[in-house]
Amino acid sequence: MTKPGAIWSVALPLAVVGATTVIWTIIWWSGIFHESAFPAPLAVLRGFSEELRTGRLFSDIVTSLFRVTCGFGLAAAAGIPAGLWMGQKPLVRTAFLPVVNFFRNLSPLAWIPFAILWFGVGDASPIFLIFLSAFFPTVLATMAAAASVPTIYSRVAEDFGIAPSEQIVRITLPAIMPQVVTTLRVTAGICWLVVVAAEMIAGRDGLGFAVMDARNGLRTDILVVEMIVIGLVGVAIDRVLEQLTKIPSIRWGYER
Amino acid sequence: MTDSPLRIYHVSHSFDNLEVLRDLSIEVLRGEFVAIVGPSGCGKTTLLNLLSGFDRPTSGSIERKGKSRMVHQQDGLFPWQTVSENIALGLRHVKSEQERRQKVHELLCLIRLEGFENSYPHQLSGGMRQRVELARALAGSSDILLLDEPFSSLDYLTRLRMRQEVARILQEWPRTVVLVTHDIEEAAQLADRVIVLGERPAQIRYELNLAARRPRDPTHPEVVDAIHQVLTKLHFESDSGEYTIA
Repeated sequence: MTKPGAIWSVALPLAVVGATTVIWTIIWWSGIFHESAFPAPLAVLRGFSEELRTGRLFSDIVTSLFRVTCGFGLAAAAGIPAGLWMGQKPLVRTAFLPVVNFFRNLSPLAWIPFAILWFGVGDASPIFLIFLSAFFPTVLATMAAAASVPTIYSRVAEDFGIAPSEQIVRITLPAIMPQVVTTLRVTAGICWLVVVAAEMIAGRDGLGFAVMDARNGLRTDILVVEMIVIGLVGVAIDRVLEQLTKIPSIRWGYER
Repeated sequence: MTDSPLRIYHVSHSFDNLEVLRDLSIEVLRGEFVAIVGPSGCGKTTLLNLLSGFDRPTSGSIERKGKSRMVHQQDGLFPWQTVSENIALGLRHVKSEQERRQKVHELLCLIRLEGFENSYPHQLSGGMRQRVELARALAGSSDILLLDEPFSSLDYLTRLRMRQEVARILQEWPRTVVLVTHDIEEAAQLADRVIVLGERPAQIRYELNLAARRPRDPTHPEVVDAIHQVLTKLHFESDSGEYTIA
C-alpha cells in the first residue's frame, strides 16, 4: 500500500463530506422526518451565518475553550505529579490505586448535581467536572508509564552520579514524556466531550448551553451548527496537542 | 603492594536460594584488560553488577579504587537526549560550558561520529549507539570500564569493527577494563587475561594470559591459540580430534 499523494489526501475526505451532504439532502427531501426535526443543509448554512453575525458562536467557543483549558490544565498539573509519585512508590500505589480506579470508573456526569450545589452555574461547575474527568485517567496512565521505565536508566544515572532525588525530574519524567503526551491527547478529548454535557445542564453559556438553548427554541438548524462546531473544535484541540509529539526530546517515543 | 584498582576477595553471591557465584577471587591491575567468559546464565552479569557497586556480595568483599562506568548490552543511552547530551552526562563535573563542549567534540572525534552530535539514539545504527555509549563511559574522570557484552546485539562484521575501535580507543585513552562476554574470540582478541568461568555456581575454571601487544588481529597466532585452549577447556575441542559436547 502506497500513501496517497497530497492532492488525494485533501480530495478524498472532501468527497466523503460532499457525499454525506448529498445523502443528508436526499433524506431531507424525501420527507421521512418532519421538517421541524430534520433541518435542510441550506437552513444550517443560514443558521451558521446568523450565529456568526450575532457573535454568539464565537463567544460560546471562547467560553467552552476557557473551561476546558482550566479543567484540563489543573488535571494535568496535579495528575502527572500524582502519577509519578504512585508509579515510583509501591506503597503509595497500593494505598491509592483502588480509590483512583473507583473514581476513574465513576462518570463525571454523576457529579453534576453536587457541582451545581457547590459551585452554582457559571465557570466553576464545568471546570470542576472537566477536572474530574481528566485527573484520574492522567494519574493512572502516568503511574503505569512511570512504573515501567526501564531500570537500566536509573542504573546509568547512578553510574554518572545523578542523585536519586534528581532522578524523578532528570530520568523518569523525560523517559515517560511520550506516553504522557499520548495521555494528554486522550484526556483532552474526554474533556471536550464532558464540557458539552456539563454546560447543557450546569451552564448559562458555552457550546453545550447553546445546544440546549437551540433545542428549547426548536431551532434544529442552530443545533446542527453547534454540533458541527463542537466536532471541529475537538479535532483542532487534538491537532494542537499533536504538535507536542514533534518536540525532539519526545519524538523518539513515536519513531522506534 | 601492587596497584590494583579492582580486587575481589572470596566473593560468593546468591539470589534467595540460587547460588550464582562461589568463592571468586580476582585481582585486576591498573591498565589491564580482563575478559571474563563463560556460558550464558553463569553469573557474569552478576559479577559486573557487584563490581560496579550496584549489588553487594552475599559474602566476601570487593575493593574498588576509582570511578567505574558500565557499558551495557544495548539501550543504555538516554533516548530523550542527543548524542552530545548523552556524552556530556559523563562531564557534569566540568564547570565551564566551553570546556565541556570541547571535550564532547574530542570524544565525538575519537569514536568517529563527528556530525552526529545532534542526532538522537534512535536515529543511529546499533554499532554507532554502542560507540556513543563507550564515549560516554570514557568521558570525564572514569578509571574503570565495565563492559557487559557490549557488542552482543551487533552483527558479526560490525562486531569485528567494534573490537578494532575499542582496541584503538583504549590505546588513546588507557583504562582498566573488565569485559564480560560469551564470545571467546572477542575475549582473546581484546584482553590481556582471559578468565573462564564454569557453569553456575560460577567458579574460575581456567585463566590465560596473552602476552602479544594490543591491538591484535582476530587471527593473530596467540589469539588463535588462546581460543583453542579455551574451547578445549570447555570441551568443545579435543586435540585427539574427537568432539564431545560439555
